[in-house]
Amino acid sequence: MPRQGSWGSMELHNNCNTRASFDISRSSSLAQENLSKSQRIHNKSVDFDDNLPHAENPRLIYINDPRRTNDKYEFTGNEIRTSKYTLITFLPKNLFIQFHRVAYLYFLAIAALNQLPPLAVFGRTVSLFPLLFVLCVTAIKDGYEDWRRHRSDRNENNRESLVLQAGEFQMKKWKTIRAGEVVKIHADETIPCDMVLLGTSDPSGLAYIQTMNLDGESNLKTRYARQETASSIFEGCNVLGLIRCEQPNRNIYEFTANMEFNGHRFPLSQSNIVLRGCQLKNTDWIIGVVVYAGQETKAMLNSAVSPSKRSKLESYMNRETLWLSIFLLVMCSVVAVGMGLWLHRHKDELETLPYYRKTYIRNGRENDNDTNLSLYYYGVGTLTENKMEFRKASVYGKDYSSSNFTEDSLQDDNIRDAAISSRWKLKSEISVDSELMNFLHKDLAGDERIAAHLFFLTLAACNTVIPIVSQDASSGHGRSDSWGEVKAIDYQGESPDEQALVSAASAYGYTLHERTSGHIVIDVNGDKLRLDVLGLHEFDSVRKRMSVVIRFPDNTIKVLVKGADTTMFSILARDTEKDNLIRQVTQSHLTEYSSEGLRTLVVAARDLTDVELEQWQCRYEDASTSLIDRAAKLRQTAALVECNLNLLGATAIEDKLQDGVPEAIEALRQAGIKVWVLTGDKQETAISIGLSCKLLTADMQKIIINGNSEEECRNLLTDAKTRYGVQPAHRKNENSKRSNNPQNGYLEIPDDAKSSNVLQPCSGKEEPDVCAPLALIIDGNSLVYILEKDLESELFDIATSCKVVLCCRVAPLQKAGIVDLIKSRTDDMTLAIGDGANDVSMIQMADVGVGICGQEGRQAVMASDFAMGQFRFLKRLLLVHGHWNYQRVGYLVLYNFYRNAVFVLMLFWYILCTAFSTTSALTDWSSVFYSVIYTSVPTIVVGILDKDLSHKTLLKYPKLYGAGHRHEAYNLQLFWVTMIDTLWQSLVLFYIPLFTYKESSIDIWSIGSLWTIAVVILVNMHLAMDIRRWVFITHAAVWGSIIITYACMVVLDSIPIFPNYWTIYHLAKSPTYWLTILLIIIVALLPRFLFKVIHQIFWPSDIQIAREAEILRKATPNLRSMPIEDSS
Amino acid sequence: MADMNRERHRTRETAFYLFTQQSLPACKPVLTPGWVITIFLFMGLIFIPVGLITLRASHSVVEIVDRYDTECVPEAFRIDKISYIQDDSIPKNCSRFMKVHKYMKAPIYIYYQLDNYYQNHRRYVKSRSDKQLLHGQKYHDTSSCQPVELNSGQPIVPCGLIAWSLFNDSFTFIRERAELKVNRKNIAWKSDRDHKFGKNVHPFNFQNGTLIGGGKLNPKIPLSDQEDLIVWMRTSALPSFRKLYGRIEEDLDADDVIVVNLMNNYNTYSFGGKKKLVLSTSSWLGGKNDFLGHACVIIGSSSLILAIVFTLLHLKYRRPHGDTSYLPWNRKSLSG
Repeated sequence: MPRQGSWGSMELHNNCNTRASFDISRSSSLAQENLSKSQRIHNKSVDFDDNLPHAENPRLIYINDPRRTNDKYEFTGNEIRTSKYTLITFLPKNLFIQFHRVAYLYFLAIAALNQLPPLAVFGRTVSLFPLLFVLCVTAIKDGYEDWRRHRSDRNENNRESLVLQAGEFQMKKWKTIRAGEVVKIHADETIPCDMVLLGTSDPSGLAYIQTMNLDGESNLKTRYARQETASSIFEGCNVLGLIRCEQPNRNIYEFTANMEFNGHRFPLSQSNIVLRGCQLKNTDWIIGVVVYAGQETKAMLNSAVSPSKRSKLESYMNRETLWLSIFLLVMCSVVAVGMGLWLHRHKDELETLPYYRKTYIRNGRENDNDTNLSLYYYGVGTLTENKMEFRKASVYGKDYSSSNFTEDSLQDDNIRDAAISSRWKLKSEISVDSELMNFLHKDLAGDERIAAHLFFLTLAACNTVIPIVSQDASSGHGRSDSWGEVKAIDYQGESPDEQALVSAASAYGYTLHERTSGHIVIDVNGDKLRLDVLGLHEFDSVRKRMSVVIRFPDNTIKVLVKGADTTMFSILARDTEKDNLIRQVTQSHLTEYSSEGLRTLVVAARDLTDVELEQWQCRYEDASTSLIDRAAKLRQTAALVECNLNLLGATAIEDKLQDGVPEAIEALRQAGIKVWVLTGDKQETAISIGLSCKLLTADMQKIIINGNSEEECRNLLTDAKTRYGVQPAHRKNENSKRSNNPQNGYLEIPDDAKSSNVLQPCSGKEEPDVCAPLALIIDGNSLVYILEKDLESELFDIATSCKVVLCCRVAPLQKAGIVDLIKSRTDDMTLAIGDGANDVSMIQMADVGVGICGQEGRQAVMASDFAMGQFRFLKRLLLVHGHWNYQRVGYLVLYNFYRNAVFVLMLFWYILCTAFSTTSALTDWSSVFYSVIYTSVPTIVVGILDKDLSHKTLLKYPKLYGAGHRHEAYNLQLFWVTMIDTLWQSLVLFYIPLFTYKESSIDIWSIGSLWTIAVVILVNMHLAMDIRRWVFITHAAVWGSIIITYACMVVLDSIPIFPNYWTIYHLAKSPTYWLTILLIIIVALLPRFLFKVIHQIFWPSDIQIAREAEILRKATPNLRSMPIEDSS
Repeated sequence: MADMNRERHRTRETAFYLFTQQSLPACKPVLTPGWVITIFLFMGLIFIPVGLITLRASHSVVEIVDRYDTECVPEAFRIDKISYIQDDSIPKNCSRFMKVHKYMKAPIYIYYQLDNYYQNHRRYVKSRSDKQLLHGQKYHDTSSCQPVELNSGQPIVPCGLIAWSLFNDSFTFIRERAELKVNRKNIAWKSDRDHKFGKNVHPFNFQNGTLIGGGKLNPKIPLSDQEDLIVWMRTSALPSFRKLYGRIEEDLDADDVIVVNLMNNYNTYSFGGKKKLVLSTSSWLGGKNDFLGHACVIIGSSSLILAIVFTLLHLKYRRPHGDTSYLPWNRKSLSG
């Protein structure tokens, strides 16, 4: 089962885009859509504009009438095809796709030019070889992958499900299922297509599904069948009706439709549809009608290509490629001019030259193979565990956070018994405040007591958590006789905050026991309380609150609301003095909680009058059945009831810091990376998290900017600038331009407390900082004004001179805006790390995006370049893998330039000896094999396996990462040094055989053979000299390449039809040949070796010292302790 | 049996794990001063003896070179050598005297040397048909032989510029009135004779055009026995080159004077090419060439010098290897 399902998760990796962009577009109204630079992100959401229901062109599904549904043949069947090719289309399509790569076009152009006789440098077939080789390898790989896709498609299409045919459910293959058919799914089966639920085994129409394949979230989600159809299905009747739904689209979090059934018309939403790829859980069966099938299912529509990102090194490489092109052009012109002059000088003799009989001018041309390197990036995780724990509460102006629950401290046994017997067994233990606990067992009288009652009712009722009750027979509880046996409750929900709150309510005796679409049952200290849910306004990022409208058993109607303090206080009732008093006290409690790093929510409630209820109900009905703009209408409806609320209290939830976060941040800072935190939390929370993860320290000067107008922000900024003497941006910029690393720059880390950090490398050399380090703390409100106006550069000046930047209360789009600010104003690289859907835009904007698989879902992970489990792995990713990859890639770029240049130069020198006639002494095959076979494998192996330092050393000395900031492995100087070395080596390669065989009878193929083997051995030895870690694969690759070269040459020289026939056999007999090769290798590599040795012994780099320490100390443990003691 | 299989399976799995985790057992060389000095010493000790042996071998080779292209043109024609060489009516024979200054042991190789002759010119090198050389007229596609492909509609065998420009000076050697026996067999590679040039392929329509390039071939002799052609068709790598003419299989004593009677047929005058006749003995190294020996000695001695320099430097500026207190941030803390 999981195997079959796996295609879904593979293919769907990008569907996070959907959610992300959707979130962004929703929340952008909050951000005033003022981040003009973030338009790119907006563009990404354009795809989803077609989400808006096409009211004028709905899709009509006649339930259980597939014939009528499909009479126009406009809907696809349920057969899916994830494979790209068929047998016929494979060749053209695959070639077309492959030729999207520019390098291939280059090779094609070379091959095409070679087909023209006057321009042919190589033989016609030979010139096609490299291109054909690459094309074939890629085509075989693509073909194999596609064959596997075909196979899995076939398996998928041939699976069977129960479909209502001729009045009864019969097995039918998935590929033949059509829209409009009624399908029955049993527990643990996979859903074959997108279906609207008609009924389930639960009389109320409830079903649980697992959406792991779709979005990676492992918790169960609830879906409901409409009550109307559910009951008739449950009673066994056939359902006939009409569903009008939107056209197929990619948004897996939205569905708008309505259904006509038995003359009624009612809305269908996201909660009524189950999607292909999901699994049914905890529900015996469901019956649904197919609305989207096959390629039109949301799962299949979600296969987008994520944007490609490039590293700076790559662009530097392009710059150097340009240099090389100029170089090549110069070489070609030298040959052309030389040949022209030669021809001019010998103009009169041309007809008589035995080796030249007809005038014919041709330009020399060289072939330069650039090797494409794919670069690696690195990334990380979140700051906190996202394991929420209910810590403190303020109820009706009283703070209950002093003491913790212990059973003995309870005042009397009765309460204790009640407390224990009524407590459901929860998965996690929650510490309970004894004072509050005792208070809750008093009689229900007095404002304060009622407020406490409502407070916990709200916690238990106002959420979307699903309780899953399971019999837990294993732990017989002595005191639980009144219940027979203890039942275990597991709360499944999308938000960990809500789960924490519900668990807390349960700990205090308000256990959420059952939830259906129409009612909830709460167990209040043993008494079951059934509450009818009249309506539910879900949490959204504009209102930042959630509310339920509840009818109590005594027919009173109440609105229960919980939400963020910023949006809650403005809608509270301000009637009495007592209200105001409670308000002030609660507010001070909130400040206190958040300063401890806790996440706070405000809880409030109010009674609804009949008039209000009627008005609301009418609007609610209308809004929720609407096909257009449902979200906005619902928001307006919510405003009707979410007003004049009575404050009940506030909650504080602790979001624990993950393991190793402070250490990781410290290490990253040592490595010269600037860390910025972008968080949705309140300023106090953000600062407290900053303090607890050692981002902020007590000795830092804090610049706090929170203005409510443009003017205020401007004043604050200029004030801060003058006070701390911030330099203008240009100077700093130049500074950082010189010293920034191609690979790293800013790193943004949202901690899971919905915050994000940016890390930025400070300049390599530490600037003489006399004053204390600065920390900038800025809130989202100010950012709105600052990013919108010309204050951006001011902010940038300050931010770059600060050691730490903390942005709080930022909207997702602002996060991306900040990343963009850094990206556009500096050359630095940015890395963004985050775990929530709100971080997706930032992750996509940054040069390197890292997602953390947190409890908040997988959207961030799916949008990221790297995914990891915890924040602390970021340290390893950057310091270890980032370092390795930088070293490898930096070296390999230089090496590949060298490898090709030395070859081309060698050919070039020879041209000067052939009357500029571009003769190649090497055989055509050898020239082609040089980069394809003779020297390519060691490059790849070294690119994968070479390591300069062990991960232990790298983690021990984070500052070694600075090698990247200082461009130690690749810079322009190094490039030119390498090129000079290349020039020397090519001259040695050319002139040693030339002098050795001066005035001898050597023929062109023999000397070509000598050059071929010499250059291959030379570049492999060059590489071998720089390899820092030899494993047997490296040995096999380097020495094997030389052996293979010899083998190839023996084969090529054994074919009589080549003019070079038998050359190698003749040469191998001659000692001169071997001596010449030895001499070439030694003389060519001597300067490089000398340079390397002198550099390493007398001017060692940090890496070199650390490497010696690592290797030599292991070998001689005795010597080891001494230097350490000396130094410390 | 099952145990063994499982064991093998486990080792394979472990190896794969080590590979994917990049923790295979590895050798990590470090260039310590000890290693560096050893390497240089070693190189010095290898290259100096090798160089000396090579030099000795090279010095043991005796070589006599005689440039004859100008001398063999009669004084009257020295102003216009081209008209001399192109005029068939003028006899081309010429006598040269070569003095042996040192005892030469048989076999003595006879080479002719051409200078400023671009046998490696691209158009020249390509102008041949290896298939025709092997299969003769049966092979029709000789387009690669341009511009010497056809003559009056008939294919030329062997076709191409290389064959067309075949060297055709000839030499005879007389010592003290007696003709020296010159062995002109086996001067070409055996592999070429056996497999590249057809045993049943005879020259056809060769050198019949208006423009005569060089030597003619006896149509009776198959290509595989036309050794001069085979030698010539191994085109040389450099614009100054020697080609083997034959071997004298008698020792020559010092102060012997050899009279060379030669036919100066080949035209190098039109492009200023030089022609030389070379008599040379050979050693295990081949002909006379001091370059390899000198290079080896120089490399060897500089390696020795470097070894000494590094030893001194190491003694003077010793840096404890692997001392982390030398790391820049530690250094700073030390000084601060």
